[in-house]
Amino acid sequence: MYGNDFAASGGELLDQVADAERELRAAADRSVRGGSDEETYFTELVAADQKIEPRDWMPDGYRKTLIRQIAQHAHSEIIGMQPEANWLTRAPTLKRKAILLAKVQDEAGHGLYLYAAAETLGVSRDTLYDLLLAGRQKYSSIFNYPTLSWADVGAIGWLVDGAAIVNQVPLCRCSYGPYARAMIRICKEESFHQRQGYEILYTLAHGTPGQKEMAQDAVDRWWYPSLAMFGPPDTDSTHSAQSMAWKIKRFSNDDLRQRFVDMCAQQATVLGLTIPDPDLRWNPDRGAYDYTAPDYAELMEVIRGNGPCNRARMANRRAAHEDGAWVREAAAAYAAKHAAPAAPTAEAVHA
Amino acid sequence: MPEWPLWEVFVRPRRGLSHTHVGSLHAPDAALALRNARDLFTRRQEGVSIWVVPAAAITASSPDEKDSFFDPAADKVYRHPTFYEVPDGVQHL
Ligand SMILES: [Fe+2]
Ligand SMILES: [Fe+2]
Repeated sequence: MYGNDFAASGGELLDQVADAERELRAAADRSVRGGSDEETYFTELVAADQKIEPRDWMPDGYRKTLIRQIAQHAHSEIIGMQPEANWLTRAPTLKRKAILLAKVQDEAGHGLYLYAAAETLGVSRDTLYDLLLAGRQKYSSIFNYPTLSWADVGAIGWLVDGAAIVNQVPLCRCSYGPYARAMIRICKEESFHQRQGYEILYTLAHGTPGQKEMAQDAVDRWWYPSLAMFGPPDTDSTHSAQSMAWKIKRFSNDDLRQRFVDMCAQQATVLGLTIPDPDLRWNPDRGAYDYTAPDYAELMEVIRGNGPCNRARMANRRAAHEDGAWVREAAAAYAAKHAAPAAPTAEAVHA
Repeated sequence: MPEWPLWEVFVRPRRGLSHTHVGSLHAPDAALALRNARDLFTRRQEGVSIWVVPAAAITASSPDEKDSFFDPAADKVYRHPTFYEVPDGVQHL
């Protein structure tokens, strides 16, 4: 719709998801002859790109790393509904409103797929949820920034969902089966998220000067927080090496960040908007764009709870959970009432 | 409040194909499990039929038994047609 280049990059991501799905099936056909002990067998399965399944033996650290990562991912999907929900009732047209509703509903679904994947590792959803509400598990720092204008909904779709996709496509190849399968499903749904955001920005950028200014302002505010979504630089990243060895993670934070910058630089020119980085330029020697790194000190502050919206996000989540208690109680009461019909007597059965 | 029970969800993608496991969810009863499964797993017409099964009702073989449990089939190559030699010249066999 906006030139082949953007369509190609969206298409490429979907191709990568399809490849991951094909590989998953192909690997399943290769047989791995069981090793002498369970740990050897685990290592052989991972080496052969086969999936580890819930009831397989796995190292404690593998289980713990996955629970932490999948839970944080699930929490991000759920908290991530808030910034966009802020504009649901004020979307400029009914069409935009229906689209945004569908997108936010998808994010709720992603949260549920991921909580279910975490549960296969032996932890309950309620436990994870309590850890989130108690502030003992994190969600992505990006959702602690406010959505000040309608253009922010566009910037979130293009940049935040875009960064999420770059992060998530390699997870479709994760060694843990339930997580890989959930990610394949999620990534297929994500590409519409990025495109709807891009379309919002494109429309604004080609509208009145005021609309274009609004779009540029949104990109200016979301660019660096989006770069920070890839986490600390490789030099400071703590769990990377082990996660790579276990094939939970496939690429380093900085590699993924670079991939994202390279994608966006081209897409921004089609939008007619400027990425707020005076040092962004193509480096032919590296075959990649040079760019200014995000402010990692700010990232750490936001993770510590001191971003612009941390308290509001958690307060909203707690309120929604408490205000929804009566629904859960009513559903449970209804189920209990219908689960216990008067047991039929023997005579009744044979009558 | 105790957690709602877990349900495993199976979706038949199209008429003629088998139901395939797609994931799981929590729900207080079967009727709500079915509705939630529709909202969660078929938002893009991914299926024409859904089964929900209480996860607690599933008995699974243990991965620890992978050898002893499935090995009896390994030495019965004569169950495969390729085991048999077909004489030259015979047709439609
Ligand atoms: Fe998502
Ligand atoms: Fe998304």
